[in-house]
Amino acid sequence: MTDIIVTNLETVPGRTIIRHLGIVQGNTVRAKHVGRDIMAGLKNIVGGELRGYTELLTDAREEATQRMMGEAIEKGANAVLNVRFSTSSITAGASELYAYGTAVVVE
Amino acid sequence: MGSLVTFIILLMIGLIFGGINERNHFKRLRADEEAFSHIKVFNIKTLPDNLEVGGALVSGNVVVAVDYFKVIAGFLKMIFGGQLRSFESLLERARREAIVRMQRQADALGADAIYNTRLEFSAIGQQPQKIGGAELLAYGTAVKIKS
Repeated sequence: MTDIIVTNLETVPGRTIIRHLGIVQGNTVRAKHVGRDIMAGLKNIVGGELRGYTELLTDAREEATQRMMGEAIEKGANAVLNVRFSTSSITAGASELYAYGTAVVVE
Repeated sequence: MGSLVTFIILLMIGLIFGGINERNHFKRLRADEEAFSHIKVFNIKTLPDNLEVGGALVSGNVVVAVDYFKVIAGFLKMIFGGQLRSFESLLERARREAIVRMQRQADALGADAIYNTRLEFSAIGQQPQKIGGAELLAYGTAVKIKS
């Protein structure tokens, strides 16, 4: 899992792309638990960072990236290029984190 | 009557603590931006030639919410339209914070520049009529330039 290159550039600096393997993707849908929602509601009075949500989204994005990398490894790639992230709210209180990129083989 | 008192108390708490929070955050942001000013952030894709091989994805994210006073002030302002300063400063803080966190990650990797930086916004809300929060994500590729 560690020797795969993940970048949002279209090339890997100093390496040549040998083969394209198509798009790879990973997603996850997460919701916060009620306790966190209540805490966030209280935080809404004074404003500022909602740390619980920040952590949740960081973890979720990490998970989506891991799934994307898993798919790339399955296809036999050693790099994922042009990675993009996107977030969408499915319903109130749940978000989908999505990561996608192009799997390639570089020399 | 009771609900009016609660409303006014919430408004005062929002005004006082929200204001303090915001001033402190701006102060912290200025210090952090100064500390990470050696890491240059670009949103272009083309890399320079004098590059040490490598490149790692770095990102920084933050979820922020406005205070109660600003929510009410914003809603009143929306009747007349125009510039909503309270939301502007919130998004400015979030964007700068996300970039600083991305720079911090790049710094930990020993990089000195970030290329192809992207900023992504998403609204996080419990209820549609209430402003819950906004997430700002900054991501890019950290590289090291040969000196």
